[in-house]
Amino acid sequence: MSLSVPRGEIFGFLGPNGAGKSTSIKMLLGLVSPSGGEAFVLGAPSGEVEIRRKVGFLPEDFRFYQWLTATELLEFHGRLCGMDARRLRERVPDLLDRVGLAPHRTKRLQGFSKGMLQRIGLAQALIHDPEVIFLDEPTSGLDPMGRRLVRDIIRAQRDRGATVFLNSHLLSEIEVTCDQVAFIRDGEIVTTRDLRGREEQKVRVTVRARKLVPQTIAGLAQWATCDQLDGETLTLTASSREALPEILGYLVQSGSAPFEFTPQRISLEDLFMEIVGQDRGL
Amino acid sequence: MNPLWVIASITFREAARKKLLWTALVVGLGFLSVFGAGLHYQLTDLRTSNIAPFLRYQILSATLMIGLYTVDLLAVVMTILTSVDTISGEIASGTIQAIATKPVARWHVLIGKWFGFVAMLAIYVGLMFGGTLAAGYWIAGVVLQNPLRGGLLVYLECLLALTATFLMGTWFSTLTNGVIVLGLHGLAFLGGWLEQLSGFAEGSGLVTIGVASSLIMPTEAVWRRAAFLMQPPLAGELPSSPFANVSVPSGTMVGYAGFYLLVMLGLAVYHFQRRDL
Repeated sequence: MSLSVPRGEIFGFLGPNGAGKSTSIKMLLGLVSPSGGEAFVLGAPSGEVEIRRKVGFLPEDFRFYQWLTATELLEFHGRLCGMDARRLRERVPDLLDRVGLAPHRTKRLQGFSKGMLQRIGLAQALIHDPEVIFLDEPTSGLDPMGRRLVRDIIRAQRDRGATVFLNSHLLSEIEVTCDQVAFIRDGEIVTTRDLRGREEQKVRVTVRARKLVPQTIAGLAQWATCDQLDGETLTLTASSREALPEILGYLVQSGSAPFEFTPQRISLEDLFMEIVGQDRGL
Repeated sequence: MNPLWVIASITFREAARKKLLWTALVVGLGFLSVFGAGLHYQLTDLRTSNIAPFLRYQILSATLMIGLYTVDLLAVVMTILTSVDTISGEIASGTIQAIATKPVARWHVLIGKWFGFVAMLAIYVGLMFGGTLAAGYWIAGVVLQNPLRGGLLVYLECLLALTATFLMGTWFSTLTNGVIVLGLHGLAFLGGWLEQLSGFAEGSGLVTIGVASSLIMPTEAVWRRAAFLMQPPLAGELPSSPFANVSVPSGTMVGYAGFYLLVMLGLAVYHFQRRDL
């Protein structure tokens, strides 16, 4: 696996179950030793104790001592990060407010729902304002409002200059949050994609026309690739959104008599299926 | 605050907050009450009999030793039961991941937790051992020899059990860990008794088995050293008891126990540093 993540970006890590996403994160954090090779975080070898002052981590299915209150949990993690009492007094209430748990600050974790545990887990990952934040399934167990809140927090971290490494199964979340994504399969990076400016990227178009003849379809090659022809329905993949008026003009001029022209942006799910492939079973 | 103390402090607070320490102390209080009542009735019975005061004192001393032996067994079992889940359980649940990814060396995590239990056990052993000695003095007027050295040896025994549990916790699941450490203590217990029984068969292999068991797990040997130091001379002459002066472990065995503890702790740190979490 070879992967580099630029600073100040939200980087998504996608792959099927068992592809090695969580293991990769654990290797970057020094929780798991790689069988070979090397990894660096902020220029330092992964797992180095001092570099962890600049790193935050939300594990998948965050769990912690159930007898602690939300405030005590954050104070404990803050102290582990070397924060003094004065700084914690300011930071903890602010962070609880940001993750929507201010009304529950004195409540013990044993009374927290799964979504609340995810929120407090996110807060402990951010307690020391880290430069790099690893989030393993941060929105699992969250309701739509919770997801929105987490998304906003992740963006706010990027806006303050932090790098966010996001591992999620929720492709729609990745799609609206990440700047770049890497697709992983069987422990290997298949490809990385930039999700910014996706308007300039490929667009799938469904055309329905009365007279689709082979010569006309061949002429479309300058703007698009033809994926499928089924009677009056032609599916194309255009090189960019800008090519769409020209394709439509060409179809009209060539006498194809188009009566439906539906562009569809290729979703991340389509991209995922295309790149990573169908489920081959575990 | 040093991360070592942050972790030691939360481990200690966990015991208190989960009512673990309090439950153990309430059970201990129940034991002390029963023991105190038993000692009181024994004293009453002895006063009504024609037993000489010297012999009466020896009998009451032996009862106090039985009380301390019970405290010793309770303390070791309590040590294993309370600490068995602390490393292996947190690894299995993933709780450890949020701690081990903070700017804290892994040895800080393990030693910090160890110190938390060391403090908790100091309170438990101090109260239980001290409470039993106090009951012996207030109810029956019995004062044992070398109570401080005896108490420290019982504490060392608990630390041996604690450290063995920590070491196995870095390798095995909670259940397996408990089975192994209780099994090791059982082996030491059996070895100690076999060694005592060797008093009836001089030169038998029983001594060898007993010494070998003590080398594998020196908890019982440490107790027998403590019993030897504390008990009145007459009690030591009783054969086939946990306090008999047959094959008394030497000071070297106590030194070995200390060395054994440090090696186990070192191995626990070594393996915890290297294992995947």
